[in-house]
Amino acid sequence: MKIEIKNARLADDSSRDIRIKNGVIVTTLSGEADVTIDGSRYLVSPALIDPHVHLRVPGQEEKETLETGLSAAVAGGFGSIVCMPNTSPAIDHPELVQKLIRDAEALGLARLFPSAALTVGRNGKHLSDAAALQKAGAVMLTDDGGTNEDAGVLRLALEYAHALGLVVSVHAEDASLRGDGVMNESATSERLGLPGNPVAAEAARIARDLEICALTGSRLHIQHLSSARGLALVRDAKARGLPVTCEVAPHHLTLTDTMLESERFYCDPVLKVAPPLRSATDCAALLEGLRDGTVDCIGTDHAPHTAAEKQHDMKIAPFGIANIEITFPLLYTRFVETGKLELSRLIELMTTGSAKILGWKPPSLEVGSVADISLFDLQSTKTVDSKQFKTKARFDSPWQSEPLRGWAVCTIVRGKIVFDAR
Amino acid sequence: MKHLLDFQAWSKGSLENILETAKVMADVLERPVKKVPALQGYTICTAFFENSTRTRLSFELAARRMSADVITFNSATSSTAKGESLQDTIATLEQMKIDCFIVRHEASGAAHSVNKFSKAKIINAGDGRRAHPTQALLDAYTLLQRFGSLEGLEVAIVGDVRHSRVARSNAELLPKLGAKVRLCAPATLLPKELEGDGVSTTTSLEEAVSGADAVMALRLQLERMNTGYIPSLEEYRSLYQINAKTIQLAKETAIVMHPGPMNRDLEIEGELADSSKSVILEQVKNGVPVRMAVLYHLLVGKG
Repeated sequence: MKIEIKNARLADDSSRDIRIKNGVIVTTLSGEADVTIDGSRYLVSPALIDPHVHLRVPGQEEKETLETGLSAAVAGGFGSIVCMPNTSPAIDHPELVQKLIRDAEALGLARLFPSAALTVGRNGKHLSDAAALQKAGAVMLTDDGGTNEDAGVLRLALEYAHALGLVVSVHAEDASLRGDGVMNESATSERLGLPGNPVAAEAARIARDLEICALTGSRLHIQHLSSARGLALVRDAKARGLPVTCEVAPHHLTLTDTMLESERFYCDPVLKVAPPLRSATDCAALLEGLRDGTVDCIGTDHAPHTAAEKQHDMKIAPFGIANIEITFPLLYTRFVETGKLELSRLIELMTTGSAKILGWKPPSLEVGSVADISLFDLQSTKTVDSKQFKTKARFDSPWQSEPLRGWAVCTIVRGKIVFDAR
Repeated sequence: MKHLLDFQAWSKGSLENILETAKVMADVLERPVKKVPALQGYTICTAFFENSTRTRLSFELAARRMSADVITFNSATSSTAKGESLQDTIATLEQMKIDCFIVRHEASGAAHSVNKFSKAKIINAGDGRRAHPTQALLDAYTLLQRFGSLEGLEVAIVGDVRHSRVARSNAELLPKLGAKVRLCAPATLLPKELEGDGVSTTTSLEEAVSGADAVMALRLQLERMNTGYIPSLEEYRSLYQINAKTIQLAKETAIVMHPGPMNRDLEIEGELADSSKSVILEQVKNGVPVRMAVLYHLLVGKG
C-alpha cells in the first residue's frame, strides 16, 4: 500500500509531505498513492507507544481479547503496546510470548510487545527464564500487580536482567502498608469508612527499590507512579544519576480520591485503581513531573474488567480503568489546550519517552523510518462515550460525557491503515 | 426528604421533626393496641446483605406497627450467596412494587448505589464502616429523653472508632443537634480525620470521659487483636473499659450507652451496663419509635 499524507502538521508546527511505501517512510512513491490524506487538518506524529497495557490474554478473555484490546489501542492512536504478564497463566514461558506475538501479528492492528513475568508464576520467589523469554520476544520483565515483597529476589532479578539488557519494571507498593486498602488513605477514606492505602506504601517501596537500583547499577522502571512523594524520590534518584525511569497513568493525572465522595461517583469502584487515585496536590505534582522531565513517559495502565465485576462494591470490585482510547485526547484537552503542557512534550512522553525505557531508538517521521504514524484531530470536539469503545469494558467511564479534542482519526502501522475515523 | 442515607442533606429542623414524631410514636406504643394505619398499603422491604437480626427486627416491627406490608430479603439465604449482584437483586425486588428499601450492606456506599438504580425510598440500615443513621437518631432520641435537649451536651464515644459506622453517624448527627462528640480509642483505632466542628478525638479515656454527660462504649470486634490493632484484650480493658471507676470521671448525671451487642466485661463492665446509669435497654426500645418516625417522614411526607 502506498500512502501520501500531504501537508502533515507536526507537533513542532512545521509541515511536510509524508510518503509511505512497503511499510517505510520514503522520499518518493514512484506512482500514484493508493490513499491520500490531507494532513493539514490533523496533527501527525509517530504512532504512540504504550509501555503498560493489560490485554488479559491468556485466560481472562471475558475482560479483553487481543482483538478488542489491540483495536482499542489503534483507536487511541497507539501503534505499539507492551502487555502485562498478570494473566492466567502468567506470561512466564517463552511459548506464551511467541504465541501472543504471532496472534497479534495475524490481527494486523497494533504491534504487540509482551512483557514477561520477572518471577515464575509472578510468585516473587524464583527468577523466570529471562534469556529465553527475551529471545521469544519479551521486551520487559515485571511482576506487575505483584509487589516484589522479597527485596533479595528483586536484587538478583535486576542484576540478571541488566546483563541481558532487559528493563525490569516494578509495581511499587509495600503490600503490608497497603494492607486491604481500596482507596487513598485520606480524610475522604476515613469519612467513607473505606480501608485506606497510604502514600507511604508507594513512597516506602520506591525508596527501597531505588536503593537496590543504586546497589546493582541496573535499569529500573517504576510503573504508574501516583504520588508527589514518590515522584520526589525518583527526582532525587535521577539527580544522583541512577538508571531509573518512571511512568504516570492518565487517571492519576486527572482524577482524585475526593471524587469518591461526589454525588456521581459515591463509593463507585469505577474509580478503584492500584495504586489509588490521590489528592489534587499529587495530580499537580505529577503534571510538574511531566514538564520537568522526572516522568519519562505515559503508561495508560489500561486495565479492563467486566461490567459485572466493576458493579460490585468498593471492597470486592477489581482494580483498574479502561482508558487507552481516550488517553491522548484527555491529556491533550486537559493539559495542552489549557497551556499547562507543550504539545511536543506530550507527544514525546507518548512516543520517544516510551521507546527510551524499552531501549528502542526514538520513533521518527524521517525518511527510512518504519511507517508507524498517527493522526489526531485537534479541532473537532467529541464527548467520551464508553458505549462506543472498542475495548470490552464499555461501561461507564470516569470521563464519560467529557468533551475532548485530540481524538485519533487515523493510525498507520507497518505502512497500513489499521484505524480510520476520518 | 426522599432518603435517609446519612445526614449530609438533612437540616437541623427536619431532624428535630423526626425526633418529635418519634415521641408521638412512642406514645402509640404504650397503648393497648400498638398499631396505627399510617402506612397501610405501603410495602417495605428489608434488604439485608449483611446479617443483623436486631436491627432488622426493629425496622420490621416499626413498619408493622404502622400497618405496612413487610417483606424480608436475607442475602445469606438467597441468591446473592450465588453471586447475584446488588443491582440485580434490587432490580428484581423492585418489580414487586416496593415503596421503601431498608438496606444493610457490608460495603460503604451500598445504600447510595441502590439509590442509583431504584425509584423507591431508601433507608440506610448500616453500610460498611460508613453510616448507620437510624442508630444515631435513636441515640439522639435517648439523650433527648434524658436531658430534654442536646444543646451543649458532651458525649464521649469510646472504642473501635475506626471500624464503627455508629461512631461516624453520631459524629455527624449529634453536633448538628448542638452536642459535642469526643471520640476516644487507642491510636490505631482512632482516625484523626474524623475531627471537625463539634467533634474531637483523644487517646486518653480520662480526657474523653471527664465531665461528659453521656459515655457510649463501642463493641470491640475480637478479631482486632488478631489483626494487630491492639496488643491484647487485657491492655485494652485496662485502658479503655467503661466501668464503675472510669464513669466516676463523668458528670454525676451521666448516662452509659452501648449500641449493642455488648462484650460484657470487655469494653463495658457488665455490672455498669445493668446499673441505673445505663440506658442500653432504652436505646433498644427507642429504636422502634424512631424508625417509625423515619418511615413516616419518608413515606407520607412532612419534611
